[in-house]
Amino acid sequence: MTVSLGYALLGAAILALSIYPLVLARDLLRRIVAANAFGTGIFLILVALGFRGEGATPDPTTHGLVLTGIIVAVSATGLALALVARMHAAGARLEDV
Amino acid sequence: MSDTVSALLAGVDWAAVAILTPLAGGAAAFVLPDRARAIGVAASVTTAAAAVALVWLIATAGPYDLAVGGWSAPLGIRIAADGLSAVLIGMTNLVGASVAVHAALTGRQTKPVAEAGVAAWGFWPLWLLLLAGLNALYLSADVFNLYVTLEIVGLSAVGLAALSGKAEAFKAAIRYLLVGIIASLVYLLGVTLLFAQYGVLDLAGLRAVLVPAPATQFAMVAMLAALAMKSALFPLHGWLPPAHGNATSPVSALLSALVVKASLYIAVRLWLDLYQPAGLGDDAIATVLGVLGACAVLWGGLQALIAKRLKLVVAYSTVAQIGYLFMCFPLWADGREALAAFVYLAVAHAFAKSALFLACEQVQRTLGDDQVSSLSKPELPGAVKVTFALAAVSLVGLPPSGGFIGKWLLLESTLSHGLTVWTVIVLCGTLLSAAAMARVLARFFAPEGQAAAHPQVVGDAASWRFSLTPLLLAVAAVGIGLLGAWPVELVGIVGTAQ
Amino acid sequence: MSGTWLPLVVLSISLIAAPLIFATAERRVVLRTTINLCAAVLKLGLVGYLAWQVAFEGARYAWRWPMAAGFDLVLQVDPLALLFLSLSAGLWLLTTIYAIGYLEDGPHRSRFFGFFSLCVAATTGIALAGNLFTFLVFYELLTLATYPLVVHRQTPEALRGGRIYLAYTVTGGVLLLVGTVWLGSAAGSLDFVTAGNPALASVDHITLIAIFALLVAGLGVKAALFPAHGWLPQAMVAPAPVSALLHAVAVVKAGAFGIIRVVDEVFGIALTVKLGLALPLAGLAAFTIIYGSLQALRQDDLKRRLAYSTVSQVSYIVLGAALFSPLALIGALMHLVHQGLMKITLFMCAGNIAEAVHLHKVSELDGIGRRLPWTMAAFTIASLAMIGVPPLAGFVSKWYLAAGGIDDQSAWVVLILLASSGLNALYLLPILHRAWFKVPTAATMVAASGRLEIKWTLLAPPLMTAALVIGVGLFANAPFSPLSWARLIATVEIPQFPDGLIR
Repeated sequence: MTVSLGYALLGAAILALSIYPLVLARDLLRRIVAANAFGTGIFLILVALGFRGEGATPDPTTHGLVLTGIIVAVSATGLALALVARMHAAGARLEDV
Repeated sequence: MSDTVSALLAGVDWAAVAILTPLAGGAAAFVLPDRARAIGVAASVTTAAAAVALVWLIATAGPYDLAVGGWSAPLGIRIAADGLSAVLIGMTNLVGASVAVHAALTGRQTKPVAEAGVAAWGFWPLWLLLLAGLNALYLSADVFNLYVTLEIVGLSAVGLAALSGKAEAFKAAIRYLLVGIIASLVYLLGVTLLFAQYGVLDLAGLRAVLVPAPATQFAMVAMLAALAMKSALFPLHGWLPPAHGNATSPVSALLSALVVKASLYIAVRLWLDLYQPAGLGDDAIATVLGVLGACAVLWGGLQALIAKRLKLVVAYSTVAQIGYLFMCFPLWADGREALAAFVYLAVAHAFAKSALFLACEQVQRTLGDDQVSSLSKPELPGAVKVTFALAAVSLVGLPPSGGFIGKWLLLESTLSHGLTVWTVIVLCGTLLSAAAMARVLARFFAPEGQAAAHPQVVGDAASWRFSLTPLLLAVAAVGIGLLGAWPVELVGIVGTAQ
Repeated sequence: MSGTWLPLVVLSISLIAAPLIFATAERRVVLRTTINLCAAVLKLGLVGYLAWQVAFEGARYAWRWPMAAGFDLVLQVDPLALLFLSLSAGLWLLTTIYAIGYLEDGPHRSRFFGFFSLCVAATTGIALAGNLFTFLVFYELLTLATYPLVVHRQTPEALRGGRIYLAYTVTGGVLLLVGTVWLGSAAGSLDFVTAGNPALASVDHITLIAIFALLVAGLGVKAALFPAHGWLPQAMVAPAPVSALLHAVAVVKAGAFGIIRVVDEVFGIALTVKLGLALPLAGLAAFTIIYGSLQALRQDDLKRRLAYSTVSQVSYIVLGAALFSPLALIGALMHLVHQGLMKITLFMCAGNIAEAVHLHKVSELDGIGRRLPWTMAAFTIASLAMIGVPPLAGFVSKWYLAAGGIDDQSAWVVLILLASSGLNALYLLPILHRAWFKVPTAATMVAASGRLEIKWTLLAPPLMTAALVIGVGLFANAPFSPLSWARLIATVEIPQFPDGLIR
């Protein structure tokens, strides 16, 4: 089992673990964290795909994809948290969504 | 004269202008909030002009293709546009610029949203970012870029949806955001799987190497499901009515008319240019999409018929119209001819729906609320009634509007494919939307109720600002049908391998 | 060549008048009346010119505009178009005068006359349509433009009547749409070609039968064919001018006109007979004739009685079109005009009765002839014509229809016509008897407000149409009579004009 396959499986495991809370959790914050975990799982898989063998430089395309993905995930999380804060300030319960 | 024009058309990279102008404008509007309105309108109009130039160029000179920075795939990003992208870019920019002009005209009259601390100028940076994202989306030529632009569109749309400051708007916006995040992540998963199998992201490159393998089929289903979720296909449409119904009117117009079309476009592009040519275009999947579309048509129509608030009627009408667009999928089993039906329905809907939502603002303003039962009050201006009537004509599909041509082409396709059930459903959907619209329009003739309890408006001098743009958009929706055959020819321009 | 634009100009006159009238303020009566009457007179003049050119110079005008659906919007002036067009243009002028008088000091007059003009524009478009696509476009426009007129009074009954009207006509429109799209994609051509469109020869018979059923169902709603006639009595909540022009003339005739176009110029009567569709259509028409007359007997409300009479009478036209005989077609085409004239007279008189003495039921009309002698004279002439008394209008068209029935070896047609005439007498003569021969009651002797029995704007139009009812019967053989025009059309629609009973 190569190193990259191990990371890919780890990514898949994180992905699988995050699906349940993402879809079914009642608390908003929990869902946002789950979404991040889902994304992280995908990024791990992508990074693992960039492995080109021992000693060779990894594929830069995949790393570019992951970086872009991380930026998108961070922006989305930031927006989500801002909205949650506003909702809280407006008095709505975070479990109602 | 025409030489200079042609030189100008060919010399400038209009696609780049169409993407960069709103980006720059959005940044400028954020940094200079006092000038946000002026910057916003200027950027929107300039981008619209660039888009029109691009469409003209494609119509005359053929599909557009550019490798950004001179780096070609697989390392660089390619932007390309063919007939389908051209029509949708034109639609996005024309409708978008009109809504922007409307927002500028009416911005000063609308009471600023005080409670949530969201300044009214926040509309402009978000809108320009949305416009940049949309233009970039229609010009993208690889699956990952589609993901990025889809995210830009989604995030700015969420921001716009939350802008009204009401508690329901925040709830609807966070729901919209969660749905969007989940959908985007599933889409990204599909992209990752494709990349894992083939190592290529470019659409043209993928088309060459795609084979019907199980992993590829799973990726395809994941991507299509995610896009269906983003496009509010039944039964995943629950987020749309609250989000569109609770946003401010210009935002609702943008969301219904433009944003939902973006993910639909990606689905169509992937289906027609990637999966079908590669042999993955399974009839079963197309039928599933079509059946869900049919359910959307009937369910959305029913809900529109019984909704009490005008904005909810209009929002559910969007759900139904998206159903029609998804019903086009089974019709592409043997080629792209029925694409014209999709295009006409989508474009006519964009114009008509934005007209309706913008007119709702005037309703809210003169009558104080947007309950359907209040529409019989005499304060409602005549221009609003005409706008509603014309927009309804296009949505129901009555001649000679663009909606009629779209329905005609759709029916022609279902009849020539022998899909009788589909035909019956289109007819039932037409009757349902006719009933829903008739219910609203009949209120204009109802026995006149008492005067509005809390009229928001002191003087009516500014009324034309609220009525002009929706009226023009509604007239355009009806006028599209009279344009003759050149939109169909435009759609027929196919890229070499988008 | 100026000729190409003429059909568009005829259409535009009323199409442009509509927004002008909408924009006119409610109180500017003179301006609105001027626009109305100028447009009506201008249109009538232009139609007269076109009629002259088509009849004597053999001219044909056609205007096309391509649409994305693959078919063109075609407006063309041919004899059949002119038949319907002249009827609607002439009656528009008279009804406009009548409506101005009827709605005097009423609310929302600009809105009324604006939509009125739109209706006439739609009817013009229907008459001038050169293919089924264009016909469909204006057919739907007619539905939209008539709704605000039906609900004009804005009472709950008016809204209910409007809802029912809309439900029927939109459903009919949708059926017509499917039929048209199907025909267009199956045959490739939707043009109206005299004696039938040859493009249909390539389509299989099952498809053609299904398409025919859809088209007739869609058109039959407006033509008030059983069982799609239910909207017509409900639409009587509209003001009298609307009932008179639209529901007695324009809307129902549009449906019947459409059926004639489909049977004779799309399918062709020969193909219709070959497909076995002519007999069922004729049977349905015959049933509607008797059914409408029977229902009319049961109505006490005058307008509803006339409405059911319309249901019955319009099916005469459909019956004539469904028979394989040029004589029957002549009868049908003539009846299109004659029935319009007779029915509009009856409705306008009913409106006068409502205006003058505020009575709506037949049982209340004792001695009304003494209070409204001229109105009831017009009513009498029209009633006698409707029953089929020679030499009035109804007699001539019924004669040709009967002759056509015999010519087509369908003698049962004669029986239906005789029975219907008998029923007509049964529901019309009692009204006349009551009006002239009964002692007036207090209700019917409400005094007139001026010198005349009623405003001249309400009196003159029914008198003129009654005169026309006499005229088209007496002078049936004159060059420009409906009979001559119908002969001109029928000779080209059905080949081999045989020597019938009557030439």
